[in-house]
Amino acid sequence: MSEEVDAEIRTTHVLDLAAEGKRLDGRGPNEYRKITVEPGFVTTADGSALVRIGETAVVAGIKLEPGKPFPDTPNAGVLTTNAELIPLSSPTFEPGPPQPGAIEVSRVVDRAIRAAETIDLTKLCVTPGEKTWVCYADMHVIDHAGNLIDASLLAALTALAHATVPAKRFGIADADYRLEVQHYPIECTFVRLGDAIVVDPSFDEERAAQGRLTVATDETGRIVAMQKGLVGAFSPDDVKGTVRRAFEHGARLREFAKHGAP
Amino acid sequence: MGNVGAKEIPVLLSPEGLRIDGRKLDELRPLKIQAGALHHADGSAFVEWGANKVLAAVYGPREVHPRHLQQNHKAVIQCKYNMAAFSVDERKRPGLDRRSQEISKVIGEAFESVVFAEEYPRTSIDVYIEVLQANAGTRCAGLVAASVALADAGIPMVDLLPAVAVGKIGGAIALDLKKEEDNFGEADLPMALVPQSGRLVLLQMEGHLTEPELAEALDLGVKGCRDIYEKMKQALRDRYAVSPMAGASP
Repeated sequence: MSEEVDAEIRTTHVLDLAAEGKRLDGRGPNEYRKITVEPGFVTTADGSALVRIGETAVVAGIKLEPGKPFPDTPNAGVLTTNAELIPLSSPTFEPGPPQPGAIEVSRVVDRAIRAAETIDLTKLCVTPGEKTWVCYADMHVIDHAGNLIDASLLAALTALAHATVPAKRFGIADADYRLEVQHYPIECTFVRLGDAIVVDPSFDEERAAQGRLTVATDETGRIVAMQKGLVGAFSPDDVKGTVRRAFEHGARLREFAKHGAP
Repeated sequence: MGNVGAKEIPVLLSPEGLRIDGRKLDELRPLKIQAGALHHADGSAFVEWGANKVLAAVYGPREVHPRHLQQNHKAVIQCKYNMAAFSVDERKRPGLDRRSQEISKVIGEAFESVVFAEEYPRTSIDVYIEVLQANAGTRCAGLVAASVALADAGIPMVDLLPAVAVGKIGGAIALDLKKEEDNFGEADLPMALVPQSGRLVLLQMEGHLTEPELAEALDLGVKGCRDIYEKMKQALRDRYAVSPMAGASP
């Protein structure tokens, strides 16, 4: 069967099920797939994590290096995030420069980390205007089964929460120390399937989606980032409903990032 | 937002509740829309919104380039948002950056949500947005310009797409942020509305908002969009209205 026909049949099936309040994998509309978190997965990184949401898997690695602060923020460190949707994770990803989909994942995750002030960047500064820590958070999607944004942020956040500043290695201090995480932003993604709005979309559900909405919340009750994506629309009441649900899921998912388990 | 360690933060809201340019919290910047601004394009528009100057052009439906993007059952909508090197204070390196690519994606998806693309299978509708002068809210100005340009090109759509950014400055929710408010404000929330259905086809947010603040911001943005909608329709009337006497024999 051709890929196109297969996709069409699955899409119809996903939408038919959604109309009865059901999902392809038997979940309820407000239910995440099973989440597992493995901090320290890559020992060559200064912080790392392997996060699985269902069959979706993302590895995040943190690297810290000394560098120069930006001229307009002499007292602040530098944080760079990047998501790679590598071809081994899905037949739909191609080698080469990042596609708009990968750029969107990167930027939406970056927005949440930055706006929540996850890391106090002023604490990364070594000598104002001259020397600071540059923190790289790289996310590799290794298996794409839907909902890359939530998995990527959870991986990056877990890696940050378990990262060590290699101060001794670079001769900046006598000992390495833990990177301090001051806020824990969590992104929750929803898709519209007909009249239903379901959380944590699978690959098939994303393909059938009539609009996607991601809401990032932190532990202090703030909404820190949002992104509507894909073709489709949400009413203001839909938006408020997803925000409420994002706060509830956020409280549970945050424990994975902090402790590696709920 | 994004200004950790920056030197000084200006006062964005006076004790009387007025903004740095004297506007009230729910007041839009002056908005001028001209439908049909370019010679070659199938549809075009020029928008001057506060200190923003944004052009949009629509070409198509026409052949799809590159060919492999062609869809058998509908038109593809290819949107390119670009900022001119001289459009910002510090020269922007020309070419595609990640921000422009993300904005092109979400604007393209917003239009795909309202255009009757099935009417034109195996074609491309190309939407070009060029920011000539930027002062915050350029993606919304670009959306408004492109939406009028699509109508100018005669592309069938569910509705026009008015768009505006709402933000939080000095602790208050404010409509249509200008540059200083965007740089030093506490939140930014651009949105695009389908006036007929009351639904949003573009929504992004960055900063800090509580749930009640978000509700207030959505409310204010939807109202702002409805005002902008009237100006968009007027721009199209100005271009296409014919006086009842025109063409009458003397």
